[in-house]
Amino acid sequence: MIFLKSDEEIELLRISNQIVAKTLAELAKLIQPGVSTGQLDKVAYEFIKDNGAVPGFLGYSGYPKSICTSVNEQVVHGIPSDEVILKEGDIVSVDCGVYKNGFHGDSAYTFCVGEVKPEIRNLLLTTKESLYKGIGEAVEGKRLGDIGFAIQNHCETKGYSVVREMIGHGVGRHLHEAPEVPNYGRKGNGVMLKSGMTIAIEPMINMGKRQLVFEKDGWTTRTIDRLPSAHFEHSIAIRHGKADILSSFEYIEQVLGNKAI
Amino acid sequence: MAKQTAIEQDGTIIEALSNAMFRVELENGHVITAHISGKMRMHYIKILPGDKVKVEMSPYDLSKGRISFRYK
Repeated sequence: MIFLKSDEEIELLRISNQIVAKTLAELAKLIQPGVSTGQLDKVAYEFIKDNGAVPGFLGYSGYPKSICTSVNEQVVHGIPSDEVILKEGDIVSVDCGVYKNGFHGDSAYTFCVGEVKPEIRNLLLTTKESLYKGIGEAVEGKRLGDIGFAIQNHCETKGYSVVREMIGHGVGRHLHEAPEVPNYGRKGNGVMLKSGMTIAIEPMINMGKRQLVFEKDGWTTRTIDRLPSAHFEHSIAIRHGKADILSSFEYIEQVLGNKAI
Repeated sequence: MAKQTAIEQDGTIIEALSNAMFRVELENGHVITAHISGKMRMHYIKILPGDKVKVEMSPYDLSKGRISFRYK
């Protein structure tokens, strides 16, 4: 069952998503060599609480932390830990969720730690571009397959691969709602998009093979060949003509300045 | 947070339907109809209720699947 949101509900979703954006910007200030992902989790928890919201991931299906930090070859759902110290040249994807006024916000950004190799930078750049290509297709009257095709086509022509096991999702009163939003697909396939649908589009793009390995902790996923993987995510509302992006990377890019991807 | 899809899952056959279709109960409790893959048909791999099988699915339609392997 896909719930269509009214304008008021979309505004509430925007509030949650803006807190996510500000939390990610707060973390962007901290990310540098020598910082542990456990520290980032504590800062995110405090910041979300200070804004009068609740971390959306904490306790979701038993997830123990407030954010997901996936370093290098980890694709998504890396659990923050004091033992994981960021090094120069790493990339870390931070995925954050917030629950406020009965609605969930969900957004993710992949940060560079210090200077990274040009080929990894290209991977991040392509992933981010593909996210906006996908959002460009997310308008009323198109189908879910058009979004997937745009993302898949953009990344695979550059020689990267698209993860199949993890996909985007509808977002609203629950963190994961119908429909499922794959990052691959055929044009004209899937559910018809209607004004008022709210979905999270999140391309996860691997530099090498697309296959994943599920680690023993039950959450973390890494690439099978241990090559890096990038992950960007926006929550959007489907509108007539142009998608309405509810979350925002603006705060992050203000902090990062010219270092932003 | 990304959602995990049901692309490949294990299940148990609960009923044999006509046209080489089967009703399969997945590990997460969902019941779907699944057809047997052409390659398994070519090699005359028999499937009976109670067998454990691997099912492939597409995120577009979660009510149907394709049986790709029968466990011993």
